[in-house]
Amino acid sequence: MLLQDTALIFGRYLRQTLRSKFAMLFGVLMPLLYLLFFGPLLTDLPLGGGGSSWQVLVPGLLLQLGLFGAAFAGFMIIVEKNHGVVERMRVTPVSRLALLLGRVLRDTAVFVFQAVLLVLAAVVMGLRAPLAGILIGFAFVALLTVSLASLSYALAMRISTPAAFGPTINALTMPSMLLSGLMLPMSLAPGWLDALSHVMPFRYLVDAMRDAYVGSYATASMAYGVLVAVGLAGLAVTVGTRVFREAGA
Amino acid sequence: MPIISTAGLARTFQTKRGPVEAVRGVDLTVRAGEILGFLGPNGAGKTTTLRMLTTLLAPTGGAATVAGHDLATDPEGVRLASGYVAQSGGVDPQISVREELVTQGRLYRLTKAQAAERAEELARDLDLTGLLDRKTSALSGGQRRRLDIALGLTHRPKVLFLDEPTTGLDPASRADLWDLVRRLRDDHGTTVFLTTHYLDEADALADRLVIVDKGVVVAEGTPSALKLQHGGSIDATLQDTFLAITGRVPAPTDATPVAV
Repeated sequence: MLLQDTALIFGRYLRQTLRSKFAMLFGVLMPLLYLLFFGPLLTDLPLGGGGSSWQVLVPGLLLQLGLFGAAFAGFMIIVEKNHGVVERMRVTPVSRLALLLGRVLRDTAVFVFQAVLLVLAAVVMGLRAPLAGILIGFAFVALLTVSLASLSYALAMRISTPAAFGPTINALTMPSMLLSGLMLPMSLAPGWLDALSHVMPFRYLVDAMRDAYVGSYATASMAYGVLVAVGLAGLAVTVGTRVFREAGA
Repeated sequence: MPIISTAGLARTFQTKRGPVEAVRGVDLTVRAGEILGFLGPNGAGKTTTLRMLTTLLAPTGGAATVAGHDLATDPEGVRLASGYVAQSGGVDPQISVREELVTQGRLYRLTKAQAAERAEELARDLDLTGLLDRKTSALSGGQRRRLDIALGLTHRPKVLFLDEPTTGLDPASRADLWDLVRRLRDDHGTTVFLTTHYLDEADALADRLVIVDKGVVVAEGTPSALKLQHGGSIDATLQDTFLAITGRVPAPTDATPVAV
């Protein structure tokens, strides 16, 4: 039941995405601009770690893509709520978890696809990294998307206008990006900033991804990264399902 | 055995300014095959009651059964037995009529083939056949409403809840919709529970009226019984009857206009 319902919802929203191909490519634009106009600045800087500057920057840009993209996932559901689509589905016997998971998996598919495009562009710019590391990186993008999209939908179910939703998300994503060391590794930071960044869950993800991109898979950073990514996803889906089940929206 | 019965059904919303009792205790029964008009001034708790009866909102007090299924312990049973058409409808403007109908069938666990067949059947019944491949945004108000109702009828529910089904429709579309509601009851024995602000609609369509105000039922009966009892005569208008029941006195008509 759950699988069939999830597949149904996933299909509905994937078709919605495919109807607006332009919007799908537009999502890659911001990280692509960073890659083109920010990436070259780093090539000769001492960033610490083993690999080239691309192996440091690209994992950060991939998570940035997931962070900004998935955090705004809830926007569409506010529009749908106002059309009454959400309630129309909630009066049917469809699984509440499927209403969330179908959407979240669509978002995951979209952002992993965008991540693949971005990595291809990065390879053209000069990125060289082991394939296994790159695949592990996609897994982190997928887990981050599951987490943030679930939380975004949960928040959106409780908010009635897009105007209230946008600023809230902006206020959360911008500091998250800066405090996680997505652009430059926090190993460059002064002690207080480095310490502060450890409260950001994304910090652990980006550290683990950077390890994966230089081929170091059995590190403490990797272990923390996997734990945080999986834990965050589990927590977010739990919160999301609870909201979808009760939803006074 | 009533098809819907509620006892003390209540919902209190917690807000920043303290609790708001939207529905304070609704007791009502609806007989199978009845068209029930659920009336009340704005803010009386009509939509909140409807959203509780359709499992969208958990009651904070009282109990109810719909088609023999308890709201609290068997919401799934309630969902399978009832259809709900909200004021806002509930279709995606970018999607075709056919896709919406098929998806709805699939949400009710029909197979792909069954859902496709049911979509055709509903389109025939609700005069949407020529529109199946149009986007829902390209439908007129009346066509949109028929699609909304088709979605609510996908699983042949015993009870259909309609929240202000004719708001915003032109007179011809309204008349069509009244015929449709009567046809549903006459041909399929569907019980229809509808809210409306149009008293002529309630008068023409409903077998019985339940009037709520400030979250409780303040009167119920057939339109003529209510007119006789509260409006003073069987020839009273439902408008005057309604105003007498809810205590909203119409503005005096004989007052001298301030300016002409």
